Amino acid sequence: MDSLALGADLEPEPVVDEHSTVTLHVNGDPTTLTVDHRTTVLETLRESFGLTGAKKGCDHGQCGACTVLVDGRRVNSCLLLAVAQDGATITTVEGLADGESLHPVQRAFVERDALQCGFCTPGQICSAVGMLREAADGHPSHATGPETAATGPVALDADEIRERMSGNLCRCGAYPRIVEAIEDVIE
Amino acid sequence: MKPFGYVRPASTDEAVRLCAAGPGARFLGGGTNLVDLMKLGVEAPRVLVDVAGLPLDRVTRTADGGLSIGATARNSDLAAHPDVTRSYPVLSQALLAGASGQLRNSATTGGNLLQRTRCRYFQDVSKPCNKRLPGSGCPAREGTHRDLAILGHSPECVATHPSDMAVALAALDATVVLLGPEGERTVPLTGFHRLPGENPDQDTVIRPGELITEVVLPPPAPGAASRYRKARDRASFAFALVSVAATLRVEAGRVEHATLAFGGVAHRPWRARRAEAELRGAPATPAVFQHALIAELAEARPLRDNVFKVDLTRRLALDVLGELTARQSALSARTG
Amino acid sequence: MTTRAPQFPGAPVVRREARDKVTGTARYAADLAPAGCLYAWTVPATVAAGRVTAVRAVDALAVPGVHSVLTHDNAPELQEPDDPILAVLQDDRVPHHGWPIALVIAESLEAARTGAGELHVEYERDPYDVTLTDDHPGLYTPEEANGGHPAVRVRGDVERALAGASVQVDATYRTVALHNHPMEPHAATAVWADGHLTVHDSSQGSSRVRESLARAFGLDPDRITVVSEHVGGGFGSKGTTRPQAVLAAMAARHTGRPVKMVFPRPQLAEVVGHRAPTIQRVRLGADLDGVLTAVSHEIVTQTSTVKEFVEQAAVPARVMYASPHSRTVHRVTALDVPSPSWMRAPGEASGMYALESAMDELASALGLDPVELRLRNEPETEPDSGRPFSSRGLAACLRDGAARFGWHDRDPRPAARQEGRWLMGTGVASATYPVLVSRSTASAHAARDGALRIAVNATDIGTGARTVLAQIAAEALGVDPEAVRVDIGSTDLPVAPLAGGSSGTASWGWAVHKAATALAARLAEHRPLPADGITTTADTEEETGEESPYARHAFGAHFAETAVDAVTGEVRVRRLLGVYAAGRILNARTARSQFTGGMVMGIGMALTEDCGIDPDFGDFTARDLASYHVPVCADTADIQAHWIEEDDRHLNPMGSKGIGEIGIVGTAAAIGNAVRHATGARLRELPLTPDTLLPYLL
Repeated sequence: MDSLALGADLEPEPVVDEHSTVTLHVNGDPTTLTVDHRTTVLETLRESFGLTGAKKGCDHGQCGACTVLVDGRRVNSCLLLAVAQDGATITTVEGLADGESLHPVQRAFVERDALQCGFCTPGQICSAVGMLREAADGHPSHATGPETAATGPVALDADEIRERMSGNLCRCGAYPRIVEAIEDVIE
Repeated sequence: MKPFGYVRPASTDEAVRLCAAGPGARFLGGGTNLVDLMKLGVEAPRVLVDVAGLPLDRVTRTADGGLSIGATARNSDLAAHPDVTRSYPVLSQALLAGASGQLRNSATTGGNLLQRTRCRYFQDVSKPCNKRLPGSGCPAREGTHRDLAILGHSPECVATHPSDMAVALAALDATVVLLGPEGERTVPLTGFHRLPGENPDQDTVIRPGELITEVVLPPPAPGAASRYRKARDRASFAFALVSVAATLRVEAGRVEHATLAFGGVAHRPWRARRAEAELRGAPATPAVFQHALIAELAEARPLRDNVFKVDLTRRLALDVLGELTARQSALSARTG
Repeated sequence: MTTRAPQFPGAPVVRREARDKVTGTARYAADLAPAGCLYAWTVPATVAAGRVTAVRAVDALAVPGVHSVLTHDNAPELQEPDDPILAVLQDDRVPHHGWPIALVIAESLEAARTGAGELHVEYERDPYDVTLTDDHPGLYTPEEANGGHPAVRVRGDVERALAGASVQVDATYRTVALHNHPMEPHAATAVWADGHLTVHDSSQGSSRVRESLARAFGLDPDRITVVSEHVGGGFGSKGTTRPQAVLAAMAARHTGRPVKMVFPRPQLAEVVGHRAPTIQRVRLGADLDGVLTAVSHEIVTQTSTVKEFVEQAAVPARVMYASPHSRTVHRVTALDVPSPSWMRAPGEASGMYALESAMDELASALGLDPVELRLRNEPETEPDSGRPFSSRGLAACLRDGAARFGWHDRDPRPAARQEGRWLMGTGVASATYPVLVSRSTASAHAARDGALRIAVNATDIGTGARTVLAQIAAEALGVDPEAVRVDIGSTDLPVAPLAGGSSGTASWGWAVHKAATALAARLAEHRPLPADGITTTADTEEETGEESPYARHAFGAHFAETAVDAVTGEVRVRRLLGVYAAGRILNARTARSQFTGGMVMGIGMALTEDCGIDPDFGDFTARDLASYHVPVCADTADIQAHWIEEDDRHLNPMGSKGIGEIGIVGTAAAIGNAVRHATGARLRELPLTPDTLLPYLL
C-alpha cells in the first residue's frame, strides 16, 4: 500500500498521496488495482469491476441496496472505502450462483416473486445470505426474546426474518414475498 | 468529499502518533458515520488513520469479573458475544435495537460512541449549526426539532446523541479507555459525552489525537436484571425517539440496586441519577417509580414540538422498571 | 363498446426477467458505462426563492478531474420544454429550494462530488411562503384537478341536506407531503454520436421522454433514442420527464462525451415531485338507517409557482356512494415549494383516506357496522355522472373480505381489547381506482422459422409487463407464452404510453392483442411463411379514443388489524387483507405482488411517512431515507391480497382493470379506523406516529 508516512516534521500542507494500490478478491478472483481514497467499495465494484448488481439507492447506508458480503458478512458497500478493504474477500450478487445453478436464495426469490422493480433485489439477496449465516452462528436479533440468550443457531420465524431484513428497503413492498422466500430456504 | 491520505498503522501507539502528527487526521473505524459525513461535506479529513485492523477487537473478561470490550469490536459481534448476552443483556439489546444488520457488522464500539448527531441542520452544510460551525447559530431550536433534546440542552445546541449502545453503557457504569499522545487515561462513560453548553462542537471530552482503545464494564451487579427498550417511528432501522436502559435488583419488595439511563433526549446518554437516588432502598412499586421519574424529568425543558418526549420517557421507563420488577419477582419465586 | 368474452386464465407465470434481477445482470440506467463516460453531480439551490447572482466555479474547476461546470450562464439553451420543471440551467431564477442551479461534470463521480462542494454560489433572496393553511390568502379554485377532472362538481343542495340530516359528520383531515422514493434514484446516461442522442433514462415511459427531449433540444424525434430497459420503481415520479434526462443530454452535448447523471438521494425529493399535502373537510349527512343524504368533500392543497398540479382528492367522492346531494371542491395555492406531482394513486390515496375515515366516523355515530354502512350506500349508477357501472364489485369485496378476515366476530366497542401491552383493533375501508387506457401501438412478427416477437415501447417498472404482454400475445396466437419474445423499453420500438395510472397493461396489452390477433389471422393464411416473415402492426387510436358510456372503476376493500403499544403509542399492523374487483387478473403471481406492494406503501402513508417543510429554509425536512421513513420489513406482517374475478365486457380485449395503485387506496383509512377501534382515539392527521397517539393513552 502506498501509504502516507506522516512524521513529526510534517508540513502544514503536506503532499498527501490520495491513491493506493489494493488487492480485492471479488467473487473468487484477486484483482490488484489503484483506487482513489474517496472511492467506496460500491463505486469500485460498479465502475472498475463492471459488477453493477450492487446498487446505489441512497449512498448513505440507509437503504441496503448496495449490500454485499465482505469476508462473509453483509455490509453496506456504499460506506466502505475501497482502500480500507485491501485483501478483503468480496462476494456480490453476481458471485452467488454456482454456474447456471442459482443460489437457493435466488431461486426462492424467483419462485415467490419476491421482487418487483428488482433494484433492491441484489441487496436483499446478499443480505438474506448473510443473515442466514448470522442466525446459524447464533447471533440474536431485536426480535429474539430478551430471555432467550442464544446458545446455538437461532430459529428464524417470520418476525425474526422481518427484523433481520429491515436494513433493506423495498419500495415496491415485496416484503411479504421476501419473507416467504427466505422461509422456503430455511425449510 | 475532498481528497485525503490514508494510513494503516501497525499499532495503537503508531496510530496515535500518526493522528497527532497530521493536521486534519481522523481515525477511521467502521466508517459508517464518518464516511457518511464526509460525503455530506460535514467532515473533511486530510488523512484517515485506519484503526479497524488494529488488534482492538477482542472482548475479554477482566480480572475482577468485568468485561473489556475492544474499541474495534463490531457491534454485531459484541451483541452476540456470550459474555454480553449472559451478563449484560441490556447491552446486547441496545446494540440490536440500533441501525441494521449490515451497519452493525461494520460499526465499531469506539465509532459508535463517537457518532455525531443526526440533527438535520448539523448534516446540511448549507445551514447554520453551532456544532458544525461554532457561532453560526442553531436553527433547530425554533425549527425542526421533534427528534431533539428535552434535557440538558443549551441556547447554542439542542442536538441529541443518537447511539443506543451508549445508553446501555451509561446504565452499566462503563469506563472508556483513551490512548493519547500524553499516554493512557480512563473516563467514565457518563462523563465521556458532554452537554452542549457554549461549546456544542465538542461532543465528548476526548482530546485531540486520543484514540478509544477499549470500553470496560464493571462486574454485573449481582442478581440484577437489565433491559433496553426503544420507541421509534418505524418498527426497525430508525433512531430512538426515546430509549431506556435499566438495571434493577429487587429484594423483599425493595429496590436494592438501580441504574437508569435515557437515550434520544439529550446531547449525551442521560443517566437518571436523581431517579436512581429516589429508587434506592425504596419499595419497588409503580407509585415509587412514577415519583422518581417525575423528579428526574422535572428539569426537562422540551421544545415546541418534542413535548411528547417527556411523557414518552416517563412511560417507557416506568414500564421497563415494572417489567424488571416482575421478572425479579418471578425469579425469586422460582428460586425461593 | 362490447368486446368478446375475456379468455385469460390469469396463469401465475413467473416473471421473465426474474433471473436477470436475482443475478444482478438486469441493467438499469446508471448501470451503463460507455467508453469515456463522464459523471455529473447536480448542485441544488439552497434558498427557497430568489435569483442566482453569482456562481464562482474557479475552485470547482481546479479540482483534479473536473471537466466543466454548467450553469445558466453557459448551459446549452433549450427551447421551451413541454414541462416547465425541465427548464433547468436556463435562467437565474430560483423557484424553490433544491432547484438545480449547476452541474459539475468530471472524470469520476468522486471528482464531480468534490467539485460540487467547491462551487461558490451567491443568491439574491426573495421573500417566500412554503406553508399551506386552510385559509391561505392565495387559495383559488382551479379549472381542473389532475386527470382532467373538473375542480368543482355540485349536485343538489348539500348545505340544506346536511342541515336536515338526522346524523352528520363534519371532520377535517390532514395529510403531509409524501415522497415516492423509488429505490432507484432518477438516473440518465446520455450519448451524442453522429448527431444522434441516446439516453438511457430511469423513466416510466420513454416515448414521452423522447418527446420532451426533442422539444427541449429542438431535434427531430428520429434523432433521439430513449431506452428504459429496467426501471427501479417510479410510483408516478418517473411518469413525466424529469431533469436528469435533460441535464445528462445537455452535459453530453456540452462535453462531446457520454455523461452519466444520478440524482443524489437527498436531492431527489425536490426535483421529482411529491404527493402534495392536503387539508380535507368531509361532511356527511345520513338518515338514521345510515343512508347518505349528502356528501361534501372539500380539498385544500398546494402547488408550486412553476406549474399547477392539483391533487384530485375529492374525485373518489364522485364515485363511491349514493347520495342525492353532493359537493366536491378543490382549491389550491401556489407556494414556493417544489412542484407536486403523481404519487401512487394521486387523488384516490389522499381522498379516500379522508372519505373512508369519515364513513367510519359516521358508522360510529350511527352505531352501525362500517361494512354494513357501506353496503347500504351502494349506488345504482355512478353518483356524479349517472352513467352505469361497467362492473362494480365493491359490495362483493366487502362481503368476501369480511368473511376472510373474520370481521363478523368483531366487538364494535372501541378501546376494549388488550393483549399484553398491546391495544388491539380492527378497521375497514373501501378502495377505488379508475379504469384508464391510452392509445398505443405495437407490432407482432413471425419469422420464417416460426419465432414470434412482440414489440412495443412498454416500460417495466416492476409490474412484470414483459410477462403479461407475452401471455396476452400467446393467448391471441394460441401458443405458449414462452414461445413469444417480447421487446419493450426503447423508443426504437412502436410508440406506447407510460406505465402509469394503472393503465399500462390495458393500453399496451390492447395493442399487443390486436397485433397478435392480426398476426394469427395472417399466419393461418400463409404456409409456408415468406422469407422475411410476417409483421403486423396495431394502433388502438380508434378503440381507446371513444368515450365509454360506462363508468369504469376497480374497487376493493381493505381490512386491518392493528396493535397499539399502550406504553409508547407505537402502532403495528398485525394483519392487512385486501380484496379487489379489478376485472380479469392476467397473472396471479405478479398481480398479487402489486396488490400487496400497494398495501405496504399504504402502511407507510398511515404510520411512518412524514415530511414537513421547514418554514425557515423552505426545504423538505426529511430528505434522506434515514429521516423519511419508508416502511421496513418489520413494519409488515400478515399481508394478504385476494380478488374477485369479474367478467366485464366493457373494458378491453383482456377484460382487465388496472391493479398497480388500488392497493394503497383506503389502506391508510383502514389502519386509522383500526387504531381508533383499538384506542378510542380518532386522529384525523397522518401519519399515526407515537407522539400523535400518546395523549390518548392511559
